[in-house]
Amino acid sequence: MRVALFVTCLADQLFPEVAVAAVKLLRRLGVEVTVPDGQTCCGQPAYNAGYHQQAREIAAHHLAVFAQADYVVLPSGSCTAMLACHYPELFEEPGQRSEAGRLAARSYELCTFITQVLGVSDVGADLNGLRVTFHDNCHALRGVGISEAPRKLLCAAGAELIEAVGHDVCCGFGGLFSVKMPDVSAAMARAKLAGIAATGATVLTSTDAGCLMQLQGALRRQGGSVRVQHVAEVLWQGVA
Amino acid sequence: MKPTTERFLAHTEQALRNAELRGAVQRATALLAERRREAVASKPDFEDLREWCAAVKAHTLDYLDRYLAQLIDVFEGRGGKVHFAADHREALSIVTELCQSYGVRRVVKAKSMLSEEIGLNEALQGIGLEVIETDLGEYILQLANEVPSHIIAPVVHKTKEQIARLFHDKLGTPGDATPEVLAARARAILREAFLTAELGISGVNFAVADTGSLVLVENEGNIRLTTSAPRFHVALMGLERVIPRLSDLPAFLAVLTRSATGQKITSYVSVINGPRQPADTDGPEALHLVIVDNGRSAVLADPKLRDALRCIRCGACLNSCPVYQQIGGHAYGWVYPGPIGAVLDPGLLGLKSTKLLPQASSLCGACGEVCPVKIPLPELLIEHRRRSVEQGLAATSERLAIGAFSFLAQHPALWSGSTALGRGLSQLLNRQGYLSGAWLPVLRAWLKERDFPAPAKRSFTQLWRGGLRDEK
Repeated sequence: MRVALFVTCLADQLFPEVAVAAVKLLRRLGVEVTVPDGQTCCGQPAYNAGYHQQAREIAAHHLAVFAQADYVVLPSGSCTAMLACHYPELFEEPGQRSEAGRLAARSYELCTFITQVLGVSDVGADLNGLRVTFHDNCHALRGVGISEAPRKLLCAAGAELIEAVGHDVCCGFGGLFSVKMPDVSAAMARAKLAGIAATGATVLTSTDAGCLMQLQGALRRQGGSVRVQHVAEVLWQGVA
Repeated sequence: MKPTTERFLAHTEQALRNAELRGAVQRATALLAERRREAVASKPDFEDLREWCAAVKAHTLDYLDRYLAQLIDVFEGRGGKVHFAADHREALSIVTELCQSYGVRRVVKAKSMLSEEIGLNEALQGIGLEVIETDLGEYILQLANEVPSHIIAPVVHKTKEQIARLFHDKLGTPGDATPEVLAARARAILREAFLTAELGISGVNFAVADTGSLVLVENEGNIRLTTSAPRFHVALMGLERVIPRLSDLPAFLAVLTRSATGQKITSYVSVINGPRQPADTDGPEALHLVIVDNGRSAVLADPKLRDALRCIRCGACLNSCPVYQQIGGHAYGWVYPGPIGAVLDPGLLGLKSTKLLPQASSLCGACGEVCPVKIPLPELLIEHRRRSVEQGLAATSERLAIGAFSFLAQHPALWSGSTALGRGLSQLLNRQGYLSGAWLPVLRAWLKERDFPAPAKRSFTQLWRGGLRDEK
C-alpha cells in the first residue's frame, strides 16, 4: 500500500521528528510512504481567520499536489479536519468541489489510518508501564470524530492510559487565536495543565503538534515534570 | 444596555486579573455543564429531540410572519393586547406609557434578558417608578448595581461571600450570613413587593402560536408571582420566540431545562393564556405582549445568521466554552455573552463595534456540540470573521501577513526558500531550544506567558531529501 504523507507545516518546520516517526511507523507496518513535492500549509490559518479566498487558493494548490495519492495521511487531526471538512465547502465549481470531496474521503489522521485502513492496533511498540495521558485535539474530536484510534494504539502497546479531567477541553491554542488573544489562550493552557498534572502521567501526548506546542510552552514557564510528545513519537520510541 | 463590546480586550485583561471572578465562573460553569451531561446521558432520545427542535425552530423562522400573525390573533382573541416595537426606543416608550396610563408606582420584574437589552430598568426609574427585580440573582445584581454575566445564571460571577458582604452593606444581614439566611431576607422583601406592586414585567420563553400562550420557565416561583399577583402584566418577547403548537412544547422544555440546569423539568412552568377571564377569580386585569424586533428582522433576513435566532437561551454554550470559563460574561460587553453572544451580538449591533467577539474563540467546537437547537456556532463565528475581512475591518498588518503567507503557500519554491531563511534567522534567537525575541511582533504575544520552540535546524523536507526517502 502506498500513502502520501501530508507532513503539515508545523511538523515540517518545528517538529520534523514527528513526521519522521510517522514515516517510520508506516514503513514498519508495510506501507510505502511518499512525500509529494510542493506541499506547504493546508491553509487552515487563513480559513479560520476569515480569508476564504486565500484558503481556497491554497486548497486548490493541494488538490493538485495530492491528485495522484491513494491515501493522504497527516500527523495532525486538525489539518485532517481542514481537508476533510472545509476543503469541500470552499469550492462552488462542481469539478473542484467533487475533487475536494474525493481528497476529503482519502485523507486520514495517522492513528486513524493505522486502525481503520490498515486494521492494526498493535504497531509493535512496547510501552509497557508507561503512564500516558491523552489530549484530544478539538478538530480531531469534533471535526472528524477521532477519539478511539490513538488511545487504542497506545493501550495495545501496553501504555497505561490515564484520562485527565477535561481531556476533551481545548488547550487554548486555536492557531492565530493564540497570538490574537494571548492572555486568554495562555489561561486556557494553564487550566488544561492543572487537569493533566493531576493524572500523575509521565507523558502527555496528542495527535496534534499545535496543541502540544501550546501546552509545552505554558508548562515550561510554570514548571512541571510531564514529558510532552506527539503520539507518533511516543509509539515509534516504543518500537525503536 | 449600552454596548461596550469594543473594549473587549481591556475587559478581558481585567477579568483575567480577577481571581475571585474566575473561580466563581469556573465552579459554576463546571457544575452546570456536569449536570447537563448527566441529564442528557439519562435521556436516550435527547439527540432526536434536539434534531427535532432544531428543525421546528428553523421551520418557524422560515414562516415567522405567519406564526406571529396567528399568535397575535389568538392572543388578542383572549383579551390580551399586542404591541410591536421596531427598536429599543419604541419598546421603552410602549412600556413606560403603559405604566403611566395605569398610574403605576411600583413594578416587579421577572428575569428578562430582553429587558436588559433594551435598558428597561433605567427607563422606568427615569419616569419615577420603583422597579424591583424578583429573580434572586437579578435582585442581587440590582443591589450591586451590576448587569447579568450569564443568560440563565446572572450572578454566576459572584461568590457567596461577596453576596453576604453585599447584603450586609445594603440590607443589614450579618456579614457572614449563610445563603439560607440571605435567601430568607430577600424572600421577605420580595414577598412584600409582589403584594404591593401594581404591574409585573416578564420575558417569554416560548410564545405558542396555535393557543396564543406565553410559556415561562423558572425555579423560584417569582415569575409565577410577577405574572399573577399584580393588577397588570406586561410580557416582553423577541420576535423569534415563537413555536407553532402547544404540542411542540414538551420537546422544547425537555431540551431547554436539561441543557440549562440539567433538570428534567423546572419547578415552575407557567402557561399563560390571557388576562383574567370573566369566570376567573384572580389573575391580572390586563395582559400586554410587547414583541420586540431591535435588529432581529435583519438577522432573520440573513440566510446564514438566521440560524442564531433558533436560540432558546439555555446558556449551555456559555458553560461549555473554555473562553467564557476564563473571562466570564461581562467581558463581552453586552447582554448576550459567550459563543451565542459572539454570534448574535454582531448580528444585532453590527459587526463594526463587535468584531472582536467572534475572534474570542479557539474554534474548539464545544458550543456547537451542546446547543439544544443545533445552531452551527463555530461556523457562524467563522462567518463573522469572513465578513470582517470582506468589510475591511481586519487589521492591515493581518491582511498583509495572511496575503503573503497564502502567496507563499501556493508557491513551493518560495515557500521553502522563505521558511529556510526564517529557520536560519531564528537560530540567532535560539536559547536552549526555545526562542527569545519578545521584541518581535506576534512572537511577543506568544512569549508573554509561554515559551516557543526554536524551529528545527533541518526541516522534515530536508531530512527526507537528505536520505530518509531512500531508507527502508
